[in-house]
Amino acid sequence: MSATLVFASRNHKEILRDRLNLMFGIGFPVVLLLLLSAIQANIPVTMFEIGQLTPGIAVFGLSFISLFAGLLIAKDRSTSFLLRLFSSPLTSSNYILGYTVPLIPMAIGQILVCLITAVCLGLDITVHVLTTILVLLPAALLFIGIGLLCGSLLNDKQVGGVCGALLTNLSAWLSGTWFDVRLVGGWFEKLAYALPFARSVEAGRAALAGDYAAIFPHLWIVIAYAAVVLIAAILVFRRRMNGDKT
Amino acid sequence: MTAPIAVRTNRLTKTYGTKTAVDDLNLTIFDGELFALLGVNGAGKTTTIKMLSCLVAPTSGDATLLGDSIVSNPQAVKAKINVSPQETAVARNLSVRENLELIAGIYGFDRKTSREKANDMIAVFSLEEVADAKAHTLSGGMQRRLSIGMALITDPRILFLDEPTLGLDVLARRELWSVIDRLKGKITIILTTHYMEEAVALSDRIGIMARGRLKAAGTADELMRLAGTDSFEDAFVALATDQEVISR
Repeated sequence: MSATLVFASRNHKEILRDRLNLMFGIGFPVVLLLLLSAIQANIPVTMFEIGQLTPGIAVFGLSFISLFAGLLIAKDRSTSFLLRLFSSPLTSSNYILGYTVPLIPMAIGQILVCLITAVCLGLDITVHVLTTILVLLPAALLFIGIGLLCGSLLNDKQVGGVCGALLTNLSAWLSGTWFDVRLVGGWFEKLAYALPFARSVEAGRAALAGDYAAIFPHLWIVIAYAAVVLIAAILVFRRRMNGDKT
Repeated sequence: MTAPIAVRTNRLTKTYGTKTAVDDLNLTIFDGELFALLGVNGAGKTTTIKMLSCLVAPTSGDATLLGDSIVSNPQAVKAKINVSPQETAVARNLSVRENLELIAGIYGFDRKTSREKANDMIAVFSLEEVADAKAHTLSGGMQRRLSIGMALITDPRILFLDEPTLGLDVLARRELWSVIDRLKGKITIILTTHYMEEAVALSDRIGIMARGRLKAAGTADELMRLAGTDSFEDAFVALATDQEVISR
């Protein structure tokens, strides 16, 4: 087994064995989906129809992936575990892939849990469900990148604040999941569409509705954000790795 | 016959801004030797270890470890060494066995060999009863033993132990001393400590550092003779504070 896979396997175990985080990360979006669907059943609101709601909750759930990634790296740094590994022959690409690879199936798993819950709540099983998973993948990479970046820059308490509180709120309020940001209008709408969260949700909604033309340009913007954040995370991690060597 | 040289530093220096952490260090350590770097907090011991283990680049000077330079060929150096950092560095949610197999795998051993080597380390460090327990559930002494086991599992030719008994109680410290003592002569060990009795009990030779400089190096008896004292503690105080004599 290559060094990258050995390290990735360790990271996979570390995250999955933190049961409180895991239950919260997967359980909370599912509870929200059930709750908002119950509200929709009593007081019909277009925004809370299952086809509209599911991509929003899936994107919101991905913010917990950032928290998992950020906490893991920040804790490794604070406990000298990374110091031990930095004296090993591992290269920077071994580290970055080792942290990223196990998070991708977790993110897909989290999207799947949301979609399966939605199917139980009445979402039709069509090929569009699979397309939605593919369309949400860049958003998953974006949130993984945010976690890597925060974990490389901040300590574990700060990661808890930034990824656990700030990011989850940003991805909730500015995603258009709970309310239509166009109804607020003005700078709020401009800000929401300048950031990738509402774009991810819009692309997911279009994919789930089978309106593939409407996926763009939202998806391009999410992909661009994901690329920039991942590159920034790699640069910052490498700088951290070599930080004392300058 | 003199043993081959494992570590040779040549005017090794590290500065952080205006502060000089290690100043013009010239040191030779022989293959199979247990060499202790002794000094008070801030003497430059940990920075020296970090430079020799390629975690920190020197500001000037160089060191060769078994013939490879830490400046021009750090990857070759990294393949021959291992480090047990000052703070216990284990993967908290992995078991003792998984931690050991993780490090073996990272250094390129296949799954079967990693498992065999993990079993060997578990036996050497008497960790059988906790082999499948998560690392965060272990006592401080056991975590430290695991940490050193993780450094040894890769068969390093040079092992760095940075303050290996810091924060341990007397019994745990004595247990760890006995483990380190059993390693003597098999590999080169460079140990930092600020416990004088530890340096005397374990090492073949001792280097005394103060304010980033190597003040003296030799056996405990040689250092006492050099300082003209009857106790090693008095010799340490005399050499660390006043004299500039270096014996190699």
